[in-house]
Amino acid sequence: MLRYFLKRLLWMIPIILAVAIVVFTLMTFCPGDPAEIILGSEATDDALQAKRDELGLSDPYFVRLGRYLSDTFIHFNLGVAWKTGIPIGQSIAERLPRTMLLSGITLLLSFGIGVPLGVIAAVNQNKWQDSLCMVLALVGVSMPNFWLALLLVILFAVKLQWLPALGIGGVKYYILPAISSSSMHIASAARQSRSSMLDVIRSDYITTARAKGVPEKQVITKHALKNALIPIITMMGTQFGKMLGGAMIIETIFSIPGMGTLIITSVNNRDYPVVQTGTIFLAIVFSFSMLLVDMLYALVDPRIKAQYQRKAKMGRVK
Amino acid sequence: MAKKVKKGQSEFSRFLYQLSKNKMAMIGLAIIVLEIIVAIIAPWIAPYGYQEIDTTALRQAPSAAHWFGTDEIGRDIFSRVLIGTRYSLSMGILATLISAAIGIVIGAIAGFAGGWADNIIMRFLDVIQSLPGMLLVIVMSAVLGSGYFNTILALSVGSIPASARMLRANMLRQRKAEYIEAAYSINCSAPRIIFRHLVPNSISANIVQMTMGVSHVIVQAASLSFIGLGIQPPIPDWGAMLSGARAFIRKSPHMVIFPGLAIAVTVLAVNMLGDGVRDAMDPKLKK
Amino acid sequence: MPRSYLEIENLKVEYFSSKETVHAVNGVNLRMHKGKTLGLVGETGAGKTTIAKSILRILPDVGSRIVEGSIYVEGNDLLKLKEADMRKIRGNDISMIFQDPMTALNPVQRVGEQISEAVKLHSDMTKEQCDARAKEMLKMVGITEDRFSEYPHQFSGGMKQRIVIAIALACNPKILLADEPTTALDVTIQAQVLDLVAELQKKFNTSMLLITHDLGVVAQVCDEVAIIYAGQIVEYGTKEQIFHHPSHPYTIGLFGAIPDMAGDDEWLHPIEGLPPDPTKPIVGCPFAPRCKFASEKCFKETPPTLKTPDGHESTCHNMDLVVKEGK
Repeated sequence: MLRYFLKRLLWMIPIILAVAIVVFTLMTFCPGDPAEIILGSEATDDALQAKRDELGLSDPYFVRLGRYLSDTFIHFNLGVAWKTGIPIGQSIAERLPRTMLLSGITLLLSFGIGVPLGVIAAVNQNKWQDSLCMVLALVGVSMPNFWLALLLVILFAVKLQWLPALGIGGVKYYILPAISSSSMHIASAARQSRSSMLDVIRSDYITTARAKGVPEKQVITKHALKNALIPIITMMGTQFGKMLGGAMIIETIFSIPGMGTLIITSVNNRDYPVVQTGTIFLAIVFSFSMLLVDMLYALVDPRIKAQYQRKAKMGRVK
Repeated sequence: MAKKVKKGQSEFSRFLYQLSKNKMAMIGLAIIVLEIIVAIIAPWIAPYGYQEIDTTALRQAPSAAHWFGTDEIGRDIFSRVLIGTRYSLSMGILATLISAAIGIVIGAIAGFAGGWADNIIMRFLDVIQSLPGMLLVIVMSAVLGSGYFNTILALSVGSIPASARMLRANMLRQRKAEYIEAAYSINCSAPRIIFRHLVPNSISANIVQMTMGVSHVIVQAASLSFIGLGIQPPIPDWGAMLSGARAFIRKSPHMVIFPGLAIAVTVLAVNMLGDGVRDAMDPKLKK
Repeated sequence: MPRSYLEIENLKVEYFSSKETVHAVNGVNLRMHKGKTLGLVGETGAGKTTIAKSILRILPDVGSRIVEGSIYVEGNDLLKLKEADMRKIRGNDISMIFQDPMTALNPVQRVGEQISEAVKLHSDMTKEQCDARAKEMLKMVGITEDRFSEYPHQFSGGMKQRIVIAIALACNPKILLADEPTTALDVTIQAQVLDLVAELQKKFNTSMLLITHDLGVVAQVCDEVAIIYAGQIVEYGTKEQIFHHPSHPYTIGLFGAIPDMAGDDEWLHPIEGLPPDPTKPIVGCPFAPRCKFASEKCFKETPPTLKTPDGHESTCHNMDLVVKEGK
């Protein structure tokens, strides 16, 4: 298993390089003259030209690409933002943890609240608990997170004044962002959990468990749930990208200084180095989390673990 | 105990029949059809033009004259929401169709060709999937610029890998099926096998995926205009309207409620229909 | 008359959904004797599995209902027991072996634990003792002890079925319900599994209800046979009686349908027609539409259960005629 994990890690390297190259290349197509963006529209033509030379913009594409890659990955020199002059590395170091925190809370809430809700609905199929949970889930899944955020702000920050609408600080600053970010995913998890549980409950091995005399509660928690978790974890894995993306939007509403606000502001300001490097870092973090999810499967499903071990032996990884 | 199959009933008509019995799905479909109609006739039924400004009625709460109230420049929100229907729904559907089409073709090639072509395509998809969806949309939007068609393109890139992988996986499974061996054995040519047998049988999962995908894309589109990319004002895209409303959240909450409600209802309808499509496609019905 | 060891009286079971009701079991009367094997023979959909699941009361919670009837084991009606008491019986006094070994085992639980779990539930033994017993059972079914910690996917179909048998027999049940235990297996493995089950049954003096659609299996393993059609028992007797003197048109049809390897036939002789639609309640004899001995009475009145000349039972209006003309 360790072998498989290491192989996957090694495999990440060329993928990340490819991402860096693709993002860099895409950014070169972005409209706007970097020199003008930095110096402003009043700068003289000479000043602009000097700046362009300084940034090495007249060099051919491959030279610039090579320089960027070696700067970023070998020298770890991530450069400075064009507009603010703040070192990009510093920005990322400050902001990435906040975005990850918000995404992490979303993941925990969706798992911790969504899964039990779905299980309750499945176990009480067609009764009122089921209908209630599923109606709530359907509505939850359909509300855009940023709209929910605004509605929550209207209710809790403006009308009731219980919670702050902006910024970071203590726990209370994260409550509304966490709720808006996770509602859709809690609902999604509930729906998926219900579906998985229903499938599993109908399986033959559940009948075997009952025929053995296992008490119903244990049938659900010990036998059914563990099997139902597998597709649920799959879904969580695919949803994590949406959680990250959603967190980025939510940040802008609550003025949380995270990667979301960084990248979005930079796109609007045409501060492309920030967008470029920020994106690549998020890609790295995301790929890593996907790897962790894959490892989690193996812990839960012995068949997957066996599959990984076979693949590692055969020299294949995907 | 088999359900009685009527003579000549095809898989597709069984699916349609199944779908029509699902109340929620039919309500969802009705709402979508209604919205499509509204989108088409909006300029004619809207009480005001979407750019029509009444400087005496800034940020007014809902009233008889303005059912949803007015915005910060004095435009009628109801009319703008009606006209905005054109953008959200069409962007969602078009972006999904484009990404599904590209994804299916790529997935079919990868699934059928195998070998190094498959490998390269898979790595390429890996690269796209290394970026969280919204981030990719933002970057593509930055590169392509704002505007209706650019935004549709930006939205479609992110959904291509999921589509491609789904088709490829199903195709790999079908390739091993006996009926394909049978087709080969009666000398069916490769393209015929791909298009008449493999793709149609692999595509049902993609259809479910597409229906769910539309709602996701609609939210992404709205998010994009909310943060200032994508569709630009004065076009009354719902997300853009919410963006403008943010500054006035304390004094004029009505500006936030209605455009968002429009998005939510649309997404809800698509989800209801999507659930119905998924259940109707599933041979073992979950009663 | 004292009741037999296991006696089912007038059992009626339905499956229902919002659209329709399936009458799966329609007034079944069955008797099983201690230490003997009763074969329950019928085609797919006849209600055999439903009967077994009703005995253990493990029908699905949603969509099924035992409408009426009694199931007596050693004189006690199981259908009147509280769920908590029923749970003590399941896996302990009465066990079941299922048809499809591929899906009968929990994929994420080690096989040894699946066996010892059954033991732990029904005894006061410690975990180590239960594990020891599980290892014993594994040996008994022909699987080496050191495979205790492996997962189901690491075993073949035949071995999975042995594990299922080990689970069923771990607590020395008095009654074993075997639902087509060999149908999903290759013929060679089939023979092995049947031998194993018969051997263990003799060893522990377990009474067994063997559900099957295969007359060959019945011939090999059973002492008594009950033939079931459309949720009703149509004929019941010892193996010899049924095989040598089948007295119900359906049974005769079944035997007639077996291809005769020695004979000269060009065509198979299936029974004409199809079983009745289980969603419609049955009037008269369920086999009447397909029966060449059917008279008007057969379509209107429920047939009586009569004694045949050699002392076994057949549920038929025209039994005398059938016995005379038979074959």
